[in-house]
This record gives sequence, C-alpha cells and structure tokens, in this order.
Amino acid sequence: MTYILVLEQILNGLQLGMMLFLMAAGLTLVFGVMGLINLAHGSLYMVGAFAAAAVAGWTGSFLLALIASLAAAAAAGALMELVVIRRLYRRDHLDQVLATFALILIFSEGTRWLFGSFPLFLDVPSYLSGPVSLPGGIQYPLYRLTIILIGLAVAAGLFLLIARTRIGIQIRAGEADREMIAALGVDISKLYTVVFALGAALAGLAGALVGAIQSVQVGMGEPVLILAFVVIVIGGIGSIKGALAGALLVGMTDTLGGVFLPQLFAVFMDPASAASAGASLASMLIYILMAAILLVRPSGLYGGNA
Amino acid sequence: MADVVLKTKGLSKSFGALQASRDVSLDLRPGEIHALIGPNGAGKSTLIKQIAGNLTPDSGTVELLGRDVTALDTVARARMGLGRTFQISALAMEYTVLQNAVLGALGGRGRPFHFFRNVMKDAELLERAWDALERVGLTEDANRRTADLSHGQRRQLEVAVALTLKPRLFLMDEPMAGLGTAGSKALTGFLDGLRQEAPILLVEHDMDAVFALADRISVLVYGQIIATGTADDIRANAEVRRAYLGEEDAA
Amino acid sequence: MMLTRESLLNWAMIAALLIVPLAAWSLDEPFIITLATKAAILALAGVGLNIALGLGGLISLGHAAFFGIGGYAMGILAAHAQNYDPLFEWPFLFEGSNQMPLIWLVAVVFSALAALVIGALSLRTSGVYFIMITLAFGQMLYYFAISWSAYGGEDGLSIWVRNEFPGLNTLDPIQFFTIAYVILCLALVFASRLARSPFGLALAAARQNEDRVQAVGLTPFTLRLTAFVISGAITGLAGALFADLNRFVSPTMLSWHTSGEIMIFVILGGVGRLYGPVAGAALYILLEHLLGGISDYWQIFLGVLLLLIVLFARGGLIGAIAGREKAHG
Repeated sequence: MTYILVLEQILNGLQLGMMLFLMAAGLTLVFGVMGLINLAHGSLYMVGAFAAAAVAGWTGSFLLALIASLAAAAAAGALMELVVIRRLYRRDHLDQVLATFALILIFSEGTRWLFGSFPLFLDVPSYLSGPVSLPGGIQYPLYRLTIILIGLAVAAGLFLLIARTRIGIQIRAGEADREMIAALGVDISKLYTVVFALGAALAGLAGALVGAIQSVQVGMGEPVLILAFVVIVIGGIGSIKGALAGALLVGMTDTLGGVFLPQLFAVFMDPASAASAGASLASMLIYILMAAILLVRPSGLYGGNA
Repeated sequence: MADVVLKTKGLSKSFGALQASRDVSLDLRPGEIHALIGPNGAGKSTLIKQIAGNLTPDSGTVELLGRDVTALDTVARARMGLGRTFQISALAMEYTVLQNAVLGALGGRGRPFHFFRNVMKDAELLERAWDALERVGLTEDANRRTADLSHGQRRQLEVAVALTLKPRLFLMDEPMAGLGTAGSKALTGFLDGLRQEAPILLVEHDMDAVFALADRISVLVYGQIIATGTADDIRANAEVRRAYLGEEDAA
Repeated sequence: MMLTRESLLNWAMIAALLIVPLAAWSLDEPFIITLATKAAILALAGVGLNIALGLGGLISLGHAAFFGIGGYAMGILAAHAQNYDPLFEWPFLFEGSNQMPLIWLVAVVFSALAALVIGALSLRTSGVYFIMITLAFGQMLYYFAISWSAYGGEDGLSIWVRNEFPGLNTLDPIQFFTIAYVILCLALVFASRLARSPFGLALAAARQNEDRVQAVGLTPFTLRLTAFVISGAITGLAGALFADLNRFVSPTMLSWHTSGEIMIFVILGGVGRLYGPVAGAALYILLEHLLGGISDYWQIFLGVLLLLIVLFARGGLIGAIAGREKAHG
C-alpha cells in the first residue's frame, strides 16, 4: 500500500467528515439553542437533494441547483418549525422523538409520491469533474476537493457567525439561558425559526453535494442522520466545535477503517474471510469509537451537561 | 456507637474562582440538633451536597459513624443511615403519599429486586410507611396523589420518607421553608422530639426555629465557618452579628 | 377488583384479539388470522419496550436491535437445522434447531445479553444522549447484519418450514396464533405484576425523581439496567416469533424504522398503559391493512395521525377512551 493511497483515503475521510459536519452543525445548534432533538433533520437533507436534482434537470445549472437546495431546505425547515416544531420546545424528549419521526414518515412518503421510488441523478458539472493534481503527485477528484473546501468555508462562516454577529450573540445567550434571552428583548420565536432554517439549509446543501456523488432517493437522509448523531454524541451536544471534531473523527474512522481493516486482517487470515471479517468490523468501527469515548467522557469531547 | 455521628474535616470545594467551601470542619453528636445557618450564597447547599455525597470535595474528608465515606456516593451513604430531606421537595409526584412512604421503606429495607409480589401488600413495608405517615400527621392524605398535596404537606412527606429509612442521622435542608407560622411551629415541636431518635444537621433560614431548637449552631459565611456554639454564644458573637445579622438588617 | 373503564377496555381488547381470529378461522379466512398473529407479536414487542419506556422512562430508539437478535436467533438455528449443517461441534455437536422452545430460549438469552451490554453503556448517559446512543447501537447491529454474508447479508435468511412446537401443528394459522396469543397474555400478566412489584415501584420512582430514589439508598442505574434487560429480552422473544411468522429474517428487522414502529405501537395505545401496546399494534395493523389498500403511501396518514396524537392527544387511544390515568394503587 502506497502513501498516495493513504493520502487519498485521508482526503476521502475529510470529505465525509465535512458532509457530516454540515448535517451535525444544524442538529447540534437546534439542540443547543432550543433543546430539541430533531429526527427529521435527515428529511431536510433529502429535500435539498431532490430540489437540486429537480432544478438541475430544468436549468442544467449546478450552481442554481445548489442555491435551490439551500432555499428549498431552508423553506421546508422554516415551515416545519412554524407548523410543528415550535409546539415541541416545551415538551419532553419522547414527544419530540415521536413527532419528528412522524415528520420523517410524511416527508419520505410525500417525496415518494411526488417523485416516485426510482432514484434521480444529479450530475457533477463538467467544470468540477475530473481529477486535479495535488502537491505530492496525488490525483484527486476535483469535485470531492470542492466539497472539502465548501465544508471548511461553512465551518469558518459558522464560527464567525457565532463569534461576531448579533444573531451569534443571541444564539450563545440562548444556549446559556433560555429565559435570559427573552429578558434581553430578543424575539425568541423569530430567532428559533431562523436558527432552524439555517440548520435546515446546511443539511439541504449537504444533501445536494452528496447527491451528485451518490443517487438522490427517498430515505437517503437517514443513514447520514444517524452518523450525524454519532458525531454529536462524540463531540458533545450543543457544541459547534465538538461537531467539527466529531465529524472529522467519524469521517476518518469510517473511511480508513473500511479500506484498511480488511487489508490488516489479510495479514493473518485468508483473503476471503479477511475481506468479510474486515468489512463487518469496519461497519461497526465508528460505534465502537463512540462507545469508547462515552466510557471516558459520557457527555462527549466538548460537551457540558446533557 | 461512635461518640460523633458525622464529622467533616477541612472540606474545601471551589468552582473556578469561587471558593464555595473553605476548610469546613464540623461534627454532629448523638442526641443533638446542630443548626447550620448563614446568609444566602454562603455555601450551605454546596456543603450539604458534599456531606450527602452529591459533590466530591477538592480536599478534606467526611466521616459517617466513624467511617471515612468521602469516596462513597449518595446511595451508599443513605444505606449507612443518612436520612435526607431536600430543600425543594424531591418526591415521586405521580405516586400517592403512601406509595412514596412505601418507597422509603423499601429503600430502608433494601433488596428491591422482587418482580412478582405486590409491593403495596407487603406488610412489613406498609407498617413502616403508615408509622412514618402517622408521625408527621399525613395518614388522612395517604391515598392522595403527591402532586395534589399542598406545599406544606409535601414538606411533611419529605420528613416522613426520611423517617421510613430509620436513619442514624438526619440531614435536613430547610424543612421549614414556605411552611407558614402554624406549620413551622408544629414541625419545630416534632423535630424537638426527633433528636432523641437520631441527631439532626439542620440547615434553616427560620431563625425562631433555629434558636428554639438547636443545641449548637454553626455560622457559615463565604464558605467558612466563623463560629460554632450554643444559641447564646452565637447571639453574643460579635463577628456573627457583623457578618450575618448586619446583613439581615441591611436587607 | 374494581372494574375501571380502562380495565374494561383492556378486557375488551384482549377478548377482541382472540375473537376476531377465531371468527376468521370458522369463516376460513386465514389471512385475517395471520394479521391477528402479527398484531399479537408486535404487541408483545411493544410490551417489552413499554417496560423500559413507560415504566422506566427510558426512551430507547434501539429496540430493533433486540427484535432483530430474536429474529436472527430463529433464522440461524433453523437454517443450520434445515441444512444439516452443524452450528458448532465443540464442546458438543449442535446442529441448530427447529424447536420453538429452544429457539425462544436462545432468542431471550442473546437479546438479554445484548441489552445488558448496550444498556450498561447507554445508561451512563441520559436525556438526548441516551436516545441517540441507543439508536446508534441499534444501527451498528443493522450494518453488522448487512455485512454478515454467512447469514444472507442484506438479503436476509429464509426458512422453508415454520419451526415446530411439541404437540401443535404450527403451520396451521390458528394454532400458531394461539402460541403468539398465549405468550402475549403471559407477558401482559408478567408486566402487570412487575409494575406493582417492589422493583416496579422503585423503577418508576427513578423516572419521576432520581434524587429521591438515591436518597432512600436505591441505585437508579441498576434498576434501569435491569429493566432494560427485561425489556430487551421480551422484545427479543417477539422478534423470534415475528421471524417465524414470516419464515424470514433480514436486516430490516434491525433497522431504526423498526425501533420507531415499536415505539409507535406503544404511543398509539398510550404511554405507560399496560395494554397500550395491544391497542397500538392492533390499530397499526388495521391502518396498514385498510389505508394500505387505498394508497401505497399510507404511511403519510400514519405520520399525520401520529403527529396529531403527539400534539393533541397525549394519552393515545386508551387515554382518549378511558380518560386520564389514575395513580396506581
């Protein structure tokens, strides 16, 4: 195995990590500010992907498709917040789980009804396809590199937003003390809608970006949602920094484990059983990582109290 | 029996820059009521939590019945005989009054891992529970939902649940809070008799009750005990007047 | 015993669940018997979850793990038995089994063990962490099953003939229904005894006020872990029966949708109600059958119904009919 292969896989891990960060950032913000667990976050990811595929189909423009994914997911998120979610803030977690699970059923079946069960395809635009040469002689797909860069830009933007802007101050105040922020004269319900729509837009963007690599289909959001949960459990609920750290850890572990564990097993096993045992273990690796981190830090790497 | 039931030695606890307990040493002797008073924010709650086992001190030790329990948790300390009432009533609100008392009796007896017999038909537990309810005067309300009780009745139930444990000592965090004059008087009378059964470490804001009941009083200010003595000692103590009563006058 | 509206309703439900398939049997409608069997088995899974969720307040989104382990216990034992392929040869030769009692025992033991491990890790946390972690562990087993090619991987595992129960013909729908129904009734009796037992009193108290339980010298963690194990074992038994009903087990049984559905049975009926899962599972099967006949997208209606119940009718079906829950006495 060459160092180029290793570097390539590290980049792949980084790319997965960035995607997970886009998902986890919204989840963790919504939990941090509103105290809400939202299972339907994966539906917003799916909405973004479908919007992008539809718009790309009509206009042929990938950029417009990305904008559509942001807009559609933000709109779906705002609608979701206004109609259902805001009734759940004062409810217990069980109600939140059930109501957002109900939303998943509605969104998934609704999308299946509108678009059918067959996957849609979203093509990588020509100016982003093909490989690019990186220092060290690595050929890496330009599109995947773009995803990494977009992820980094979003992360930087979020940190700036939270550290520097008025809405960021309100978000931090809301995380610290929900009553306090009302006393400051902030229109809480508007803030909540905005935060929710922001998280939704990021999920939608992630869906569109991934949709161009994989297929766009109903249910695509759920595996990602669960990985995003693992990310924020590892990072600590409510922490953007934790979401970033967790996303990178999970992205790397999952990617590198999937590639190298079977090879590692092949050292002391016959190839066939090494491949199957390696794949089995690799599929469980991030959960084992999560369990290990929980044993040491039950509230995650950057978590306060649950 | 140990000559000292509870003893803390040099307890210190900080939260960041805030030192909530500074070198706190106090003891509780058989048959006495030892009151712990101090202005708001003096660190009474932090101290109580270290004694009960919710918080681990940064340094110092807690001894219960002659045994160092600093490393033990709340459950272990409760099993050793520490009966506690909470500042804010901690009861199972969906349960009836009797069920809460039976829960206490079950804890006192231990061995909760029985899956088939009806706990509300367990004669031993029921006897303990009814006995405790009778002593605090809640028998009439035994079948009411705890959530429907008045504030004062919940305070009484807190005491009753502690009684079902048949504890070796009581740790009572503001049992009089919000009781009203008649209620405070009744509870004062009750605690007066209770000290013969097991000594009481009493955190209380109601000064009438404290000075009427306490064999000894310790005054906590800024996390530190500035005086310990009889009611008369404390009344006469200049430092206490300045630090504590002075503040009361100002407020 | 005082007959409240709720207990009348409970008797009515449990009677209806018996009468409907008996009527279908006399009218020679095996499909309806199968639906009733499915309802009884899913209710059993819900009774299991309800011990953790209703009594213990533990919001587990990972109960599909136990349901699936039960299913795979059936699949693996029966597959080895039908293929005459020994499961292991040491310390003794074991060729799998097609005997339900043994399969159930294995299902219960393994799902209880899994619940012990998952519970011991998850119960170190609480609140949202607990929800997400149980979900994640469930998903871990799901992916493991998908990649476990020896037992069918993603395609799952089919059994040719339903497993046997001494003295019964399990291929006869009404006889298999009877097995599921009797087990459900036993589980309901067990759950009702449990709720009134010393353990149940302490467990439900830990849900209401953890500080109080600790202050009387009981350990919430141990109480909850025990409840989680019992809960997982019952759901695992339901999984074995469900796989036997379908003569098929696949990773779908382990997916988090299954966890969500088991939770829906509990909620549709009413959280914390002993017979809630029976009402919920029956309603679910009814909806699936009726709405599924009208539209392929019937789960939209299920979603809307669930949403309305959560937002506006907290007590679920039993709550709507029988009124507010009284304190247990």
